[in-house]
Amino acid sequence: MSTNSSEIRYLTPPSVEVKKKKYCRFKKNGIKYVDYKDPEFLKKFLNEQGKILPRRITGTSLKYQRKVSQAIKRSRMIALLPYVTDLFK
Amino acid sequence: MLNQYETVFITTPVLSDAQMKEAVGKFKDLITSNGCELIHEENWGLKKLAYPIQKKSTGFYQLLEFKADPAFIGKLEIEFRRDERIIRFITVKLEKYAAEYAEKRRKKINAKTQSEN
Repeated sequence: MSTNSSEIRYLTPPSVEVKKKKYCRFKKNGIKYVDYKDPEFLKKFLNEQGKILPRRITGTSLKYQRKVSQAIKRSRMIALLPYVTDLFK
Repeated sequence: MLNQYETVFITTPVLSDAQMKEAVGKFKDLITSNGCELIHEENWGLKKLAYPIQKKSTGFYQLLEFKADPAFIGKLEIEFRRDERIIRFITVKLEKYAAEYAEKRRKKINAKTQSEN
């Protein structure tokens, strides 16, 4: 009786979140300049509301995070990216 | 010392095609007349704005890339502010990496246009 109570069988094996190593895509691909004119690339760094994602989520290094945020703010100025939006852009 | 700049500006969609060309031409002449060298210019045409500017939700985008001395930029910006047809503009100085990137982008675009025609 006690044996089966201790060994609990899950229906689906509990998927432990394998910790994938975050890397800075700019250093890896050798991108040196973040262009403020193509919003498609910059959208990867925005969440659904159009806010800039923090480094701990995207994993970019500080130097490139500043370049990305400056590029995003510039593209927002010329209305390529919205300041705030609710629908998934 | 000539620095490399690039400026993107949006004109109101209300303009007819001729007025829009005239507005763009005015700034191109302004650049070439002041001893600056216009390297590249692009017209992205009518695009939807991400948020309404002056109650308008679309605009004509125009990109100009040029080499100019810093004193000229002040004059250019005053001209932009004075002209009502331009609803938004941004001028950016291109550093080393930015200039390289712009160079590569120009080659790609020229290659594409050559392959088209």
